[in-house]
Amino acid sequence: MSIEPVLFYFFSAILIFASVLVIVVKNPIFAALFLILAFFTSAAIWLLLEAEFLAIVLVLVYVGAVMVLFLFVVMMLDINLGPLREGFIRYLPVGLIVAVLILIEMVIVVGPKNFGLEQIPAPVRHGAEYSNTEELGSILYTVYVYPFEIAAVILLVAIIAAISLTMRKRPQTKYQNPAQQVLVQRNDRVRLVKMKAEKTENNGK
Amino acid sequence: MDTLLAIWNSVPEGIQTSLVIIIKIVAIVVPIMLSVAYLTLAERKVIGYIQVRIGPNRVGPRGLLQPIADGLKLLMKEVIVPSKANRFLFLGAPLLALAPALAAWAVIPFDDGMVLADINAGLLYILALTSLSVYGIIIAGWASNSKYALLGALRSAAQVVSYEIAMGFALVCVLMAAGSLNLGDIVRAQEGSLIHWFWLPLLPMFVVYFLSGVAETNRSPFDVAEGESEIVAGFHVEYSGMAFALFFLAEYANMILIAALTAIMFLGGWLSPFQGTFLEDIFSWVPGIVWLFAKMAVFLFLFLWFRATFPRYRYDQIMRLGWKIFIPLTIVWILVIGVAILAQIGPWFD
Repeated sequence: MSIEPVLFYFFSAILIFASVLVIVVKNPIFAALFLILAFFTSAAIWLLLEAEFLAIVLVLVYVGAVMVLFLFVVMMLDINLGPLREGFIRYLPVGLIVAVLILIEMVIVVGPKNFGLEQIPAPVRHGAEYSNTEELGSILYTVYVYPFEIAAVILLVAIIAAISLTMRKRPQTKYQNPAQQVLVQRNDRVRLVKMKAEKTENNGK
Repeated sequence: MDTLLAIWNSVPEGIQTSLVIIIKIVAIVVPIMLSVAYLTLAERKVIGYIQVRIGPNRVGPRGLLQPIADGLKLLMKEVIVPSKANRFLFLGAPLLALAPALAAWAVIPFDDGMVLADINAGLLYILALTSLSVYGIIIAGWASNSKYALLGALRSAAQVVSYEIAMGFALVCVLMAAGSLNLGDIVRAQEGSLIHWFWLPLLPMFVVYFLSGVAETNRSPFDVAEGESEIVAGFHVEYSGMAFALFFLAEYANMILIAALTAIMFLGGWLSPFQGTFLEDIFSWVPGIVWLFAKMAVFLFLFLWFRATFPRYRYDQIMRLGWKIFIPLTIVWILVIGVAILAQIGPWFD
């Protein structure tokens, strides 16, 4: 028996368990931690698909950077769970409708009609020489170069927008100028003053 | 001997390979743990001599048994869990700090072919794992239920995330120069002589990478996460005993890892420094692993030297160094390397 199905079911079980707990668990910190676990296990499943580049990038970007910031924010926020639960019963029908809609959409898109083994052939097993990173790179910069560049520009716009939204010049804030600090000379800071010694008659009384 | 061999051959093949891998892991982890122990002694000795003291010299000859005494002491101490702290996360955080520091060693080549997992995406794997080490700190800070610990955790999270970007870009330069993500191939691309090593064409990246590494390991002068003078000990203020020791192990294992990575990516890993000179034949009996260890020792000494020399950076100055100096520098150098590769400037890119 091959070990791959065992690994697949093991990781899938953890993945489903973790993703359910993300939405069920009460403490938002635990929710974020379970999301990290979910990312990890899906990375492991991608590794089984020989997509090592995507798997490691998932860990690098989402676990290593995005979730750190998430945790950062969640720890800083004082989340009061009371008001969040208030309208639970009232909003339950709306939530159920949305959930059912999403379920139907998912079945339409990835249901057995479009996504079974008959529609999409099983992925080919590659040898040890196969490099997923190289394949991805060559296809991204040849076949998909326009979508890739457009995505890059959109990201750039997002970066600039985020920076310009947070850039507020406050007149009362004092800024350092490290270049000037480095260039400081002794004479700029210290002034030697010669003073005459005071007369001794007031001393000692 | 023959009976042992017979027993070995009777074991099924799958279990045989797993056993070999486990033995290799032990052969990597045990020396790391030993070097961590003696790195703490080296640190105290080096800093001692820099400050014109002698350092620990009471336990064993010349203080050589000091780390063992320290370890025993930490083992005997009680692990105290603060009230209202999250017990599970509080005790899990030190493990989360240590595990990535050890797991990253899987792809480190100690000599030509002497590597546990020779994977193609080795460099990415290293980046991913070093970015995980921050979780131990964040979770420890939050789970301690203490404001000092939380402040230390937040500082550390912001710092590690910012320096990771500079680190990643520096590694992009390395992979452009080597044309591979495999650490073994990166070393092989530096073959030739001392000049062929990447420290020369990537000199600014070499500096950026090592300093970002110092910042990532939360070592002085970037140790605001601990900052004794303002937040007592930061994220590990509530820890004691073995849980505290695990944080120390993680920090020192990370230091050794950064030293190894810098040596591999910029100083030619296991390659002899005398390659291409008349000394090459004289020193050809030295195994490559010795050269790697010698290079790592140099960087580890730098870590200790920094700690003894520089005062702690102020928090906003750390951020300024990371975002306003290192990141622009790395982006410019990516362009420079791209042009150098296009122009086939020798002896690296021809």
